[in-house]
Amino acid sequence: MKSTLVEKILSDRCGRNVRAGDLVVAPVDGVMASDTTAPGCIRAFRAMGGSRPFDPERVVLVIDHAAPAPTAAIADLHGMMRRFAEETGVILYEGGEGICHHLMMDRGHVRPGSLMVGADSHSCTWGALSAFACGMGSTDVAAIMLTGQTWLEAPRSIPVRITGCLQPGVTAKDIALEITGRLGMAGATYRALEFFGPGVEALGIAGRIPLANMSIECGAKAGLFWGDDENLQGDAAADWLPGIDVDLARLAPKVAFPGRPDDVRDLDEAGHRPVQVAFIGSCTNTREEDLRLAAQVLGNGRVAPGVRLLVTPASRRVFETLLEDGTISRLSRAGATILPPGCGACVGTHMGVPGAGETVISAANRNFRGRMGHPEAGVFLASPATVAASALTGRITAAAEVLS
Amino acid sequence: MKAIIAPCHAYGDDVDTDRIIAGKYTKTLNPADLAARVLEDLDPDFRRRMQAGDILVGGENFGCGSSREQAPLALQAAGVSAVVAASFARIFYRNAINTGLPVFAVGPHRIRNGSRLHICPERGEVRIPEGGITLSCRPLPPVMAAILTAGGLVPYMKQHGRYPAGENPQ
Repeated sequence: MKSTLVEKILSDRCGRNVRAGDLVVAPVDGVMASDTTAPGCIRAFRAMGGSRPFDPERVVLVIDHAAPAPTAAIADLHGMMRRFAEETGVILYEGGEGICHHLMMDRGHVRPGSLMVGADSHSCTWGALSAFACGMGSTDVAAIMLTGQTWLEAPRSIPVRITGCLQPGVTAKDIALEITGRLGMAGATYRALEFFGPGVEALGIAGRIPLANMSIECGAKAGLFWGDDENLQGDAAADWLPGIDVDLARLAPKVAFPGRPDDVRDLDEAGHRPVQVAFIGSCTNTREEDLRLAAQVLGNGRVAPGVRLLVTPASRRVFETLLEDGTISRLSRAGATILPPGCGACVGTHMGVPGAGETVISAANRNFRGRMGHPEAGVFLASPATVAASALTGRITAAAEVLS
Repeated sequence: MKAIIAPCHAYGDDVDTDRIIAGKYTKTLNPADLAARVLEDLDPDFRRRMQAGDILVGGENFGCGSSREQAPLALQAAGVSAVVAASFARIFYRNAINTGLPVFAVGPHRIRNGSRLHICPERGEVRIPEGGITLSCRPLPPVMAAILTAGGLVPYMKQHGRYPAGENPQ
């Protein structure tokens, strides 16, 4: 029988033929919760009568959403996570180690073809490694910690075929924005996105991450790339939903206008609007490649007067690599403030809350009203290259303009 | 489950979880902290007008964005008895059922702010007496119905200790 990649993975994990639309109770290969969701998860797990998680080596807790702790109350929640990890032997990554999704992928917690659940909506990011990875809430993850299982309806898949090569100054983030704009914020609700095609190979892992990451911005249950192995590819004759094609050669830099990640337009339409904050951070694009590109765009220039450029590397490892190759120095000399790896600015908790009436150009994934902590600030979403170029000029600017 | 009869507070499409409860307020296990900030950026007046037991109404894609379970918890803590929407984002929908907040997906509707609604969970119906309209709800998958009947996923797991086995579990 011909299958989508989602059907292949769920069939393999369930040990029977699973078709889209089937309701399954499936074994989960690994779970994760952050400091936003882990405290609720621990409380629910205890209330369910749980004492020891099903397999402590498959349970990962990450302190990244508000780290280092900005308040006493949050420090206490971090303490609760540390005590739970000590008592049960689950894996804990301390604040400063990295953004949860990068740690999950870089420290070997996500394997191709696995079924993963994270108590964070951007857990779909792990689909960059061909896993079926799904975001859920704290109580769902508590039930997985208790039983090693979850229930779900096998989703139908939207095929996303990627061809061609990106033009200079255009990045994988622009592809992610293009897809989000075309599908819309509910365009993939209860569906999965499957990414494949001749244009994928040149993207590498850093280039796959933004696409998988922003699948949730279309409401998707998962967003995953096909792998090299045939078992990690969908069959052409499977029962697909109508697909979309993206020709990278014809893609121009994009921005999402404030309020909606799917309000995506060509960069020109933002019309050189002045910006006060330029943010390169979040789980979307903060890898070595992204920050090197930002440094390249900044060159020997300096951030425009009146602009704060905030940079959050994905993890301590990324930070150290970029420290050694000089990228961090270049960013700092250009005027960037380097923040510890984490989620604080993206989610409006700390480390860079914009003021009323300010405009932010952000390489993150969400620009809902109030998302970065102030309801009267407007957040444009763009690529790290566009953010760097805009920081230089003080206006929303394409990288090509600065590079040429 | 008993019928829910109450006036509603109606909002539009794509009410995201950041607007239900902003990220900066989510780091707490205290429901009262959440209730104090619920819908702050969407409707600063909501807390003042809200009476315990009122129903919240949304358009399409209610609860999109973050997986924070604090969103349904904040609504419950503020006294919201149920959410009726044209459609829901899937993580919010699961979180609501898991935490025992009844949610009803009724498809496109013209429910007006302030209307009194009669929700009959058993029949899967939302009635708007003033317009003489009855909307039917998308039925819950059996496992979700069982979780909601138990009062949420914590009481469900306390009772059963595991999910049902087999194909198309009940």
